[in-house]
Amino acid sequence: MADNKKVLVIGGGFSGLTAAVETAEAGFDVVIVEKTPFLGGRVTQLNKYFPKLCPPNCGLEINFKRIKNNADITFHTLAEVEKISGQEGSYDVTVKVTPRFVNDKCVGCNACAEACPVEIPNEFNFGMDKTKAAYITHNQAFPFKYAIDGRYCKGASCAKCVEACKYDAIDLDMKPEIVSLNVSSVVLATGWDSYDVSKLDNLGGGKIANVITNMMMERLASPNGPTSGKILRPSDGKPVQNIAFVQCAGSRDENHLPYCSYICCMASMKQATYLREQYPDSTARIFYIDLRTPGRYEQFYWKVKDDPKVSFTKGKVAKITEDPETKDVIVEAEDIQLGKKIKAKFDMVVLAAGMVPSTKASKIPGDITYTADGFVVSSSLKKGIYAVGALKSPVDVSMSVQDATGAAIKSIQSARRSK
Amino acid sequence: MEKKFGVYICKGCSIGESINIDNLTKSAARVAKIQPDAVRVHDVLCSPAGLEMIGNDIKEGANTLIIGACSPRVKFEEFDFPGAITERVNLREFVAWSQDPNTDATQSIADDYMKMGIIKAQKGNLPEPNILPDLSKTIVVVGGGISGLTSALEAAEAGYEVVLVEKQADLGGWAAKLYKQIPREYPYEKLEEPAVFGKIKEVEAHPNIKVYKSASIEKTEGQPGLFDVTIRTNGTGETIKAGAFIMAAGWQPYDASKLGHLGYGNPNVITNVQMEEIAKTGKITRPSDGKEAKKVAFIQCAGSRDPEHLPYCSSFCCATSLKQAKYVREKNGDAVAMIFYKDIRTPGQTEIFYKNMQNDPGVLLTKADVTGISDAGNGNMFVEAENTLLGEKIKVEADLVVLATGIVPATRVPQEYLDGLTEAGKKGDDARKAYIESTPKPEFILNLDYRQGPEIPSLEGAYGFADSNFICFQYETRRTGIYSAGCVRQPMTMADASDDAAGAALKAIQCVEHVAQGIAVHPRAWDMTFPDPLMIKCTSCKRCTEECPFGAIDEDEKGTPFYRVNRCRRCGTCMGACPERIVSFKDFSVDIIGSMIKGIEVSEDEFRIVVLACENDAYPALDSAAIKRNKINPNVRIIPIRCLGSTNLVWVTDAFSKGIDGLMLLGCKYGENYQCHFVKGSELANYRFSKVRETLDKLQLEADRCELIQVAISEYDKLPDMINKFVERVEEIGPNPFKEF
Repeated sequence: MADNKKVLVIGGGFSGLTAAVETAEAGFDVVIVEKTPFLGGRVTQLNKYFPKLCPPNCGLEINFKRIKNNADITFHTLAEVEKISGQEGSYDVTVKVTPRFVNDKCVGCNACAEACPVEIPNEFNFGMDKTKAAYITHNQAFPFKYAIDGRYCKGASCAKCVEACKYDAIDLDMKPEIVSLNVSSVVLATGWDSYDVSKLDNLGGGKIANVITNMMMERLASPNGPTSGKILRPSDGKPVQNIAFVQCAGSRDENHLPYCSYICCMASMKQATYLREQYPDSTARIFYIDLRTPGRYEQFYWKVKDDPKVSFTKGKVAKITEDPETKDVIVEAEDIQLGKKIKAKFDMVVLAAGMVPSTKASKIPGDITYTADGFVVSSSLKKGIYAVGALKSPVDVSMSVQDATGAAIKSIQSARRSK
Repeated sequence: MEKKFGVYICKGCSIGESINIDNLTKSAARVAKIQPDAVRVHDVLCSPAGLEMIGNDIKEGANTLIIGACSPRVKFEEFDFPGAITERVNLREFVAWSQDPNTDATQSIADDYMKMGIIKAQKGNLPEPNILPDLSKTIVVVGGGISGLTSALEAAEAGYEVVLVEKQADLGGWAAKLYKQIPREYPYEKLEEPAVFGKIKEVEAHPNIKVYKSASIEKTEGQPGLFDVTIRTNGTGETIKAGAFIMAAGWQPYDASKLGHLGYGNPNVITNVQMEEIAKTGKITRPSDGKEAKKVAFIQCAGSRDPEHLPYCSSFCCATSLKQAKYVREKNGDAVAMIFYKDIRTPGQTEIFYKNMQNDPGVLLTKADVTGISDAGNGNMFVEAENTLLGEKIKVEADLVVLATGIVPATRVPQEYLDGLTEAGKKGDDARKAYIESTPKPEFILNLDYRQGPEIPSLEGAYGFADSNFICFQYETRRTGIYSAGCVRQPMTMADASDDAAGAALKAIQCVEHVAQGIAVHPRAWDMTFPDPLMIKCTSCKRCTEECPFGAIDEDEKGTPFYRVNRCRRCGTCMGACPERIVSFKDFSVDIIGSMIKGIEVSEDEFRIVVLACENDAYPALDSAAIKRNKINPNVRIIPIRCLGSTNLVWVTDAFSKGIDGLMLLGCKYGENYQCHFVKGSELANYRFSKVRETLDKLQLEADRCELIQVAISEYDKLPDMINKFVERVEEIGPNPFKEF
């Protein structure tokens, strides 16, 4: 197949993976450019999906298998697009690849990580534990190939990993590379970040030890997380018996994110089930403005509501403080339905932090218009460039899949037009 | 193809330090019937030198390769040898990384795995695609609403012929009945003209699209690539060839006559659909006397989110009512719109539209449960509500009440009828007959001439929506080549329906392209093998036709099953179902797996357990346990299979007559939230396993020697223990009495 019929997908999260495999299975060449060392994106950090409560690695494994079995898909990890120029049918793309310091000879044996003396904060677990500078995020990661974090690695002066690797897989001299591509179309799927909760002063985000974000909660509940799936609070490792979820932490707030982040209501209800399943006597209380469980998700809400140990309070949380002695968390809110103020103590509080498009912080090269909140304005995109998933509006995994599959047909139309 | 074997053993990744490679080489050579020095051992087989060694052998004619190294989940590029049968034996994860090094037990595990790999390669064959003649790539779109129009245009623009079938005399569906549309772009302030009319024009002008209006599908025969679709228009029928379907039959508003408690029946209580018609007239007037409405009440969730009516949220009604409130306000600055809601649901950026509307002082939003509508005289009404935020009951006068009615998918009525028929059928032929006589037959949509019924089977808990159960794979239903889109699948807004429709069009294209290459579609989209039954031995028991999760097998007039192979997803459920064991794939058959089981060495003083593991989730979970260097019980031998649905009960006999002490099936969760990638595979295996007790009784064996365990891919930490517990139970029962024979 001629190179100029190739489709570039920027971002290897679930949207990007879907766009890529769906395009390739329709018979077109695809190249994925992913910023991190591994594919899978945000969903690899999730414990379960709502409403089925099934593990994200199940669908990822199938998608990785589709990639393994399809010669038409290639990918670059640790890669970022620096420049896009041209037009539909022939976009010239410059990709910068940061060194992994580990080559394809890696067998995934873990010897480098064992030998590595440098402990670093584990970003995959939002810093809740440590990993090594030579690492793999989890044991179903893809590609199953270690990476060395150049920001922390001491390089040739240490080189203990080089010594430990029996397979000649470590190359500390690896240099950044530039890859040039010519593609017919580009799918933008660079995903989203959590809203920075440290901006939520009144909610103690980033300041109170036992106030965590919803994404941190996913890691705490995950079998491959920092606590091997036990929900323990950060300050003292105590099992959490009494939890509060604060909805719209940043979202639906003109001072932070004016839009609704769509997933947070379902996510908090799901996370309430994590706790309830783990500790039979535990209680969960969800503070909300509106409960948004559209479509058939309503049934999940009913199911969670049926649990007498999960309660819902309509009211925006005004203030969160810490009991300095016990490190318990004190939530002050107004129960709008009862028309009274509440002050309640919890072992831990989860802030349902909103979704921020990755393009809020880092723009994609090229002439693209963004909203004030950083979302891509689709109508501003040049022909042959398509934005998917959370770049257009906050979405859940299902909607990302629909949208990314739709982008795949747009891509093959571009390829066809540029025959 | 005459097979020339190449047997390879890698010593890397501590395989060489865990087992005696010389002994493994000898035992493998014996099984492969080659000289021990013909077994190639390499320090790092995946290294360039190792791969070159294999490459040289291929040049010399080796075409059947058994590679004892790491798991097939890794090093897939290195060990990819097109044109050669390649069997990966997982010596790394399942031996070196999960067993104690250099014990007799570990050595015998390695021996068994190599032996099973060799047997599989001996018995298997290279797949060849099965490409049926005279294939069509035409895509039939059912429904000419926003979803169907979008699907048709997208597929046509991608270069495919499209046939669009619309029941009504005009295209456009509900979208064409709207006065205005919700804003779709920042800053979400201005209502938009309905986009559907532009699409209708494009569709009608597109050279690749043929439109049938006032039309319905009378009959659909065949299979993907080879559908014969009879379309009836104005009394005449026409049969066309087609490759795939997009099912976008849409929805109906919930029947407002069931909403008497909300005042429906009073002429001034209307639905949101009627409100659009009124708005189109240019003035918001009320039906009873044509007077301009100045106090309009909107009642949200009219039917939706109500266990007595629709137990789901209809997704678009909140934004629709906000939009209609804007109609009221724009038509008359003095008019007020009052919205009574449970929760305002404007997810994503629609929130910004909501916020804009909140800023309008003439739009009043009240959280409340509406308890009733009463007469206020002069055609006006009181809206009575409780559980308001002020905690008190309220009574508000309105001159027009709009019920935000929800949606019912077009598939619901036919699905309910068919589900009723199935239930009646379970009670016997008489009950079935009585059901058919007493129940009005609804209008079907697809009219599939399938043994398993004329429509997409209903999904448990989906309330008639033709939805997928998969979060990751939104378009997977149980009818290959038929992809649903838009509100027939889930309640959704028009913008979402358009995205969804584009996705469904892509899936339809993939299907016709894969069929043209003779390969499967998702989830085995690379698979060239297909079921190849030895029909001469078929007894027409029809288990395969009943059990196939995808309805791929029909029956001829004599009741003999025959495959519609393009409907097949290659799970092997038919292979598992067949009591005559006549169904085989080139690289997967009852004989292959049975021979592998029988190849396992059994000794009198050791327990031996066979684990049949689903290769989609259970196998990666076992791999992951090993990657964490968790110990896997040394008594078990793991055999990956396509899906638990492919488990044939003869394997139980094979195992126990051989002297195996226990048989464990590891597969995906089943039930309402099933995770089985083939929908019904693990559930059917469980059903068959319940029957296994009879088999075991015949053999005078304890039924507890067999167990099916549902495991998720993430449960790898628990998995070794699950296996240990099963092994312990088998040990408690004692050795298989057949061992001594």
